[in-house]
Parts: sequence; structure tokens; C-alpha cells
Amino acid sequence: MTHGPDSAPGDGSGGSEGAVQMAHGGGGRMMQDLIHGVIRPAFPNQQLEHNHDGAFFTPQGAELAFTSDGHVVQPLFFPGGDIGSLAINGAINDLAMCGAEPGQISVSLIIEEGFSIADLRRIAASMGSAAAAMGACIVTGDTKVVERGKGDGIFVSTSAVGPVRSASRPVPAAVRPGDSILLSGDIGRHGVAIMAARAGLTFGSPLLSDCAPLWPTVRALIERGIELHCLRDLTRGGLAAGLIEVAETVLLAVEVENAAIPVSEPVRSACELFGLDAIHVANEGRFIAFVPSDQEAEALALMRRFGDARWIGRVGEEQSGAVVLQSPYGTRRRLRLPNGEQMPRIC
Amino acid sequence: MRYVEAFRSPEAVRQLAEAIRATVTRPWSIMEVCGGQTHAILRFGLDQLLPSGLDLLHGPGCPVCVTPAATLDQALAIAAQPEVVFCTFADMLPVPTAGGSLAEAKAGGADIRAVYSPLEAVRVAAEEPHRQVVFFAVGFETTAPANALALHLANGQGLENFSLLVAQVLVPPALEALLAAPDHRIDAFLAAGHVCTVMGLEAYAPIATSRHVPIVATGFEPVDILSGILAAVRQLETGQAYVENGYARAVAAAGNPAARALIDEVFEPVDREWRGMGCLPASGLGLRPAYRRFDAAARFGVSSASGAEDARCIAGRVLQGLARPGDCPAFGTDCTPRHPLGVTMVSSEGACSAYYQYRQSEGAEG
Amino acid sequence: MCLAVPGQLIGIWGADLERCGLVDFGSVRREVSLAFVPDAAVGDFVIVHVGVAIARLDQAAAERALDELAAAGVVE
Repeated sequence: MTHGPDSAPGDGSGGSEGAVQMAHGGGGRMMQDLIHGVIRPAFPNQQLEHNHDGAFFTPQGAELAFTSDGHVVQPLFFPGGDIGSLAINGAINDLAMCGAEPGQISVSLIIEEGFSIADLRRIAASMGSAAAAMGACIVTGDTKVVERGKGDGIFVSTSAVGPVRSASRPVPAAVRPGDSILLSGDIGRHGVAIMAARAGLTFGSPLLSDCAPLWPTVRALIERGIELHCLRDLTRGGLAAGLIEVAETVLLAVEVENAAIPVSEPVRSACELFGLDAIHVANEGRFIAFVPSDQEAEALALMRRFGDARWIGRVGEEQSGAVVLQSPYGTRRRLRLPNGEQMPRIC
Repeated sequence: MRYVEAFRSPEAVRQLAEAIRATVTRPWSIMEVCGGQTHAILRFGLDQLLPSGLDLLHGPGCPVCVTPAATLDQALAIAAQPEVVFCTFADMLPVPTAGGSLAEAKAGGADIRAVYSPLEAVRVAAEEPHRQVVFFAVGFETTAPANALALHLANGQGLENFSLLVAQVLVPPALEALLAAPDHRIDAFLAAGHVCTVMGLEAYAPIATSRHVPIVATGFEPVDILSGILAAVRQLETGQAYVENGYARAVAAAGNPAARALIDEVFEPVDREWRGMGCLPASGLGLRPAYRRFDAAARFGVSSASGAEDARCIAGRVLQGLARPGDCPAFGTDCTPRHPLGVTMVSSEGACSAYYQYRQSEGAEG
Repeated sequence: MCLAVPGQLIGIWGADLERCGLVDFGSVRREVSLAFVPDAAVGDFVIVHVGVAIARLDQAAAERALDELAAAGVVE
């Protein structure tokens, strides 16, 4: 790829601020200017004011959850978000899946020489808004610049820590036979939104990625005292990967009713067009919850305040780790992970 | 989607299944020719709705599966050339051959691009005049119009840097070959609906009559497939054997005249090798003289030496409906989608892959 | 094989083998070649395979097929 001096391996919108140069990663005055002038103003806080290699905080007596995530999405700016909001919401959501409140986040940026500074500012602003919306704090970070051609515009990695607020750890091992499986909303938006541009699809009304924070929903469930046996956010690999990973970890059978899974019309149509199954398509901003069946109704009613949540299945007795889909015709099939990512097919 | 959802109606499926059960008095074996139909049957579990004794055989209707290893080797050799942009349907990427797959070659640095349509490859040729842009033209008759159009447009635009690696195959000769096998069990065919959309029904009448085998042009939704099966068993139970149009909304008896005309302008029938079935006369399409300079195999001088197959792989017998995936000792053990021995395990609707993906127990299904 | 999907034609341009249209597949739209459906008009349904319309969907035949099922003509 070749770019002009002010061009952006970002979204091409460029900007009058110029482009990131190798010198911005050199530890000198230019790097200070980039950090203090472009990145940090997007999320000012006391921690950052220390101007130090790390951040300090005293945990408030609760168990802490700690997560890590890397983001390499292309395109960097997509309908419904950008790599900045994706990264911060991703961190917040990983904590939420641990029943933990958003706390402190660290951000590592690896920026390709030539990246538009205006785009960098936009991404920083997205990160700041996403964090502020959930009361999270970006307390420390790192910035590096790599040579042109050695990075895909920008890579964003996060680590995040937060106090666990759920009564117990929501992990696969806590799942029990008879548990109800609830899905927080319709599936496949993020994957289709990302694919759309590359595949030449347009939409009747714009299809936005479902990139969004899950903490508000999880907090509501915790405050109501719902026993959260397991929470799993759905990302790459889609709903299928979430179900299969939990089932295979706890080694219990899972039965899902295919007809109960909500799929929006644009996602359904895009999947038909390319021969994809929405159950394997990427999401951001959706999760499944495994709760005791006697709390199913209450949990579902709560989740429905935040989105089109549905009951989709139950955990069985059999110690198989197999996920089985029930079709609307009364037939059943085993749900397995595809080998790699799902690709469009002609057959 | 209109005209899709209506043909998935659970009530209609239930009624059709009941009607099939009420009609069948003897065991029958019906082969669905199209891999897309196999995929639908297994995805929706339609075979579970059929009475025992009514067997569905999965035929060679998967262009990915029947593309010989030798052709894959040609593709790899061409894609390895530094000046080449090799464009292909995504289905072909993971197909294994002795020399590796196109996906592996891509990881190794070859400029291999998955496209949704051959027309995209033409656009690439226009945008990158200094590269040789090759499109891997696999497919049945359904895809032939698009491949023909791509070449016609490239020719019209003077895109001499464009070429096709042609691996087109035709369905009727394959049906003949299947019925010529002495141990075949085929009582009726569900013909590939979209192949018939393009070509019409006339090529099937001689087969139905001479071999006394009902042939029903069938669609791809659950209602379509069960309707096709019902029509076939009705013929079988009454001793009839003729060509029936079970997909009238998409198939006209004469097919699509405009498509057939362009196919005929660009391509001519040639003998072609089918993986697992050997060389079938006049079973493929090759470029006519006026278009032969666009033939990638000739342009890059890649001869079709015989490709090596893994000895344990029974894909050929599976493709002919003579064996089921579960019959193979390697199924689910040595041979899985992650390390496939042959192409029916890799292709998204190869019978082995479909069984592996959708069946509840590995290897146990007959 | 032959993954082909029906959609509704909402716009047309070009001529002959370069005739193209915008097809709506249910909230999703894509540009499609209309080279092989010269009679297709805006509002018609076409069946699309790898970016090329291979036929006009015969709506009357589709409705007939659905009517037959609904009338329980399926069960003899």
C-alpha cells in the first residue's frame, strides 16, 4: 500500500492535522505532543494527571475481575462504531461477563506511520465517550509507531480491571442441568455490518453494528438478585461459539430452539445471499445468560428492558457437551464450530 | 424474504411429510443431485421426516467436490506466479490437494482473492492492467452464464490480462454415468433446480425414458425438497418415469434462452474428468476458438498431470451415492473438516462435511 | 450447488449484456447483472446467483404452488 504524506491508512478521510510519523513513536517531544495533544484530551482524569508509567488505585474489598482484549477490525470506522468504541466496549463487556463493574482500563495503541492524526483524534474521542458512558476510567496506556506497511492502520489492545458485583463468579462450571439460556438481543448485526461494505451490500435503512456496553443489563440482573450461573458475550464465531464453548467446558448437553433466536431482516437476507448461517456470524454487544429456570421469567423481563431479549434454550442432563438445535419441523441437528471463519459460498 | 419464508412453512412441511408417508408402500432410493439440496436436507433434518425405507442418496452435485485434484494443482501453479491475481469463489479455498490448498497458498503470500462473482474479477482486471487476473471458473450450468458473461465483457473491454481457468461441468452426462454403474441403487432423481433454471428440462427426458427413472426438477427450501420427493414417490409407486417440473416458479421447460445463447457463444462441450468418477465424455465446458486466448491453463502452460488422492478417501463412491460418509473408516477419525483427506469433507455441502457438521453423533450415521 | 436467491428489482440501468439493476433481497440491496433477464422490469422478482440474475421468478407459479399446499391438495 502506498500513501501520500498526509494520507491516512484509516478511512481515507484524512485531515488537516497531518499524519503520524515514526518520530511520534520516538519518545521525544513529538510523542509527548501526540499523547498530550491528541490522545489524552479525549478522556481526562486524575489518574492520568500523575503522568507516570502506571496508575494507582485501592480495590474496595471486592474480588477483582481482570481481562485483556485486542482489536484489529477493518474497516476502522464502520456503521455504528469504530475501533475505539469497539475496544472500550469490548473491555467493559469482558468485565461484565465476569459480573464485574467497569473500573480501570489500560490502552495500548500501535499506530502505523502515515495514519491520519484527525482519525486518531476521532478514535480517542470514541474511546473517551465509551468509557465515560459506563463510568470507566482509562488510567494508563502506551503508544508505539511502526513503519508504513507494518501495521493495519492502528491496533488497539486493552486490559481492564473491575470489582465483581455478582454474588458468585459467572463461569461455565457453575452451569447446572435445567438452567435456562437467555439471549440479550438479535444476532449477526456486527458481522453483516462489517461484511456489507466489502460485499457491495447496501441497506434499506442503515444497518448498524450492535457494538454496545452490556454492563447496564448485567447490573440490573445482579441488583435483582438473579443467580447468574454463566454469562458469555458473543463475538467472533457468533452465538454458536458462545453456546459451544460453554457446553464443552461444563460438559453438559445444551438444547436450543432455532426458531426462538431473533434475527433481523437485513441480517437474515444478507445471510441468505451469501449462504451463511446467522448463528455463526460475529456480534458485538450481545450476550447469553445461563440462569436457574425458576428465575427465567424475571431475568427475561429485566433483559427485555434493554433489548429484544429471548429465551432460546435449556441445559440438559446429559454429560455430553453437545449443542443440539431443534428446527421448526421437530427435527434436530448438532451445532458445531466451522473450521475457520464462515465464508460466502456459491453452492 | 418473500418467496423464501413461505417455502419454509412448518405446516406445509408437516403436510408434505404426511403425504409422503401415506404414499410410500415399498423401499425407494432417491438421489438429490445438488449439493445445495444436500445442505438443506441436513441443515433442516428433512431426512428425519421421511418413512424408513425411503433413502436419500447424496449425488455429485457439488462443483467443488468434483473438481479434480489435477485442476486444483493447475490452480496452485498459476496462483504461485508473482504477476497473477488469482480470483476464486471462497468455496474453493480450503480444498485439499497433495500440494496444499489455495488457502495455504494465500497464507504463503500468493495473491489469491475470494470473490462473490466472476464479474468482480473482471473489475480487478480493469483496475490492475499490469497484473494477470485469473478467475477460477468452476461450477455447474447455473454458474456458466456468469462465467460466460465475465469473459464476454472482458473481451469487449479489451482486457487481455484476464483469463479463465475453466473447470465447468454439466449435469446430464453425470446422471447417465451414475445410472450406467452396475451396482447403482438410484430409483429417481431430484434434479438441481437452478441448473434447470438455466438449461431447462429437455436434456433429462431421454434419461428418464431410456433408464425408466423419474426426474423431478426440485428447489432448495424444505417445502420444495419435500414436494420433489413426493412427486418422485408418486411416480415410483405408479410405475411411471418422466421429467416433472417441481420448481415452476424458477424453472421453465426451455430454461433461460438468453443464458443458453451466451453459454453457447463462449463455451463448447468437452470431455472432462470428475473427481471420483473418471473422465466423462462431453461432460464439461471448454472455451470456443474465438475465446481460447483467454484460457488460463494454456496461457500459463500448466498441464493437467494427474493429481494424487489419499488412498483412504472414498469421496468418489460417496459422490456417486454408492457409499455413505459413515461407511468410511476414516470418517470423523483421520478425516475431519480440520484435517480432511478428501474434498467431500471440506466443501461446505460435500456429503461428508454436511454429515459431520449436522449429525448428532460422529461416524454413527448410516 | 447453485445458491440462488430471489429479490425484487427496484432500479435498472444500462443495456443489453451490460444491463444492471439494484435488487432488494429484504432490507438488503445489491447491484446485479440483468444480462439474462432482458424482460425484467422494476417490481419484478429475479433469482440471483453469484451476482447475476438467471431468471425472473414466476410469481403466478409461486402463488399457485402455495395455494395448492394451503388447500391441502397435498394429501390425496
